[in-house]
Amino acid sequence: MRDTNLFDEHIPRLRRYARALTSDRNQADDLVQECLARAWEKLSLWRRGSDLRAWLFTILHNLYVNDLRRRKNHPELLTLDDEALDAPRRATQEDGLGLRDLQAALDRLPLEQREVLLLVGLEEMSYEEVAKTLGIPVGTVMSRLSRARERLRTQLNAAGPALRRVK
Amino acid sequence: MNNQSPVTETELHAYIDEQLEPARCAAVEAYLADNPAEAERVRAYARQNEQLHALFDATLDEPVPETLRSNPARRTPSPMRYAALLAAAVVGGALGWALRGEEPLATTANLPQQAALAHVVYAPEVLHPVEVSASEETHLVNWLSKRLGAPVRAPQLSDAGYELVGGRLLPGADGPAAQFMYQDARGNRLTLYVRTTADGNRETAFRYAQESKVGVFYWVDGPFGYALSGELERPQLLRVAESVYRALNP
Repeated sequence: MRDTNLFDEHIPRLRRYARALTSDRNQADDLVQECLARAWEKLSLWRRGSDLRAWLFTILHNLYVNDLRRRKNHPELLTLDDEALDAPRRATQEDGLGLRDLQAALDRLPLEQREVLLLVGLEEMSYEEVAKTLGIPVGTVMSRLSRARERLRTQLNAAGPALRRVK
Repeated sequence: MNNQSPVTETELHAYIDEQLEPARCAAVEAYLADNPAEAERVRAYARQNEQLHALFDATLDEPVPETLRSNPARRTPSPMRYAALLAAAVVGGALGWALRGEEPLATTANLPQQAALAHVVYAPEVLHPVEVSASEETHLVNWLSKRLGAPVRAPQLSDAGYELVGGRLLPGADGPAAQFMYQDARGNRLTLYVRTTADGNRETAFRYAQESKVGVFYWVDGPFGYALSGELERPQLLRVAESVYRALNP
């Protein structure tokens, strides 16, 4: 029973990542809850001493990808979630224009780029850890990161040129 | 790689993310000093990192909801929990023996045993009888529907004198299962165990299994197998089982 608190230290970071990934509070906590339930089911598959954080983020990634796929195939499950989509957004006026723009641009990024950008920029994983978490080569991590950052930069420049370029 | 080789795109990112080998920092900084446009691009990327933290770091300081904390299958290692698990093992073994003679039917194989096990483990639980309480019923039902892969409903049993306490997700033999817990005015608890069936979309009659004090009515209806467990006399339990069935098939 020592394992009772095994995952607890990782939960705040899983929640932060899920929020950023889904941009929806309820959906994010559902995702983390599913992730933890799955992790407990599969605990015997985790190799003790290996990177628990990467393992948990991998489970969360797989669940999210499967979830998106299932919603595509089952429109009735999408309907169930409509109210969650209407939940108030985090970014409010107080956050300032820059943050709201970033949030919007982030939501428009392709999932594969958004994941890499968040694991590097927010979760501060090493490129090797990101590669392991997502099951892709480091070279792919770097090309997705590069494209994500450039795409955000372009969109943010386009979002407010009048405000930012006053010279 | 030495200080003379040209700076790569990967190195620019590694510089931003503080993953660059120290020996290359000088080369990257010299490159940026000579290329204002590149320096501007790198500053913009670094600002994105800062803004991501500004947007999302508040989540780290939020209290973690009880539903997310610890192992859902064995949350508090209390003496009561050990007793419950022991009881579960005993009842499980006894049920397995008692149900030996039942005709084999793939869709209900183990269904009453699993339901009775889940019942004896969670029904006595005082602190954490459910993962998601009835006050968040919509969330509960949406979540369980997603995990079971088909729309699940928590039947209203007020007419039978039972109110929904909440529910939880459980590992079943062939995938996730859901447990809804109900309670009457005196605190007596019933649980409704729901899991997907192997072949789906068929119906069976009510069947009954009992061992020790736990009675189980179970049946298959559409994509799900249902099992209602409780420490009730068979006629009373049947009455509630019929209420469940009616509520699910209005």
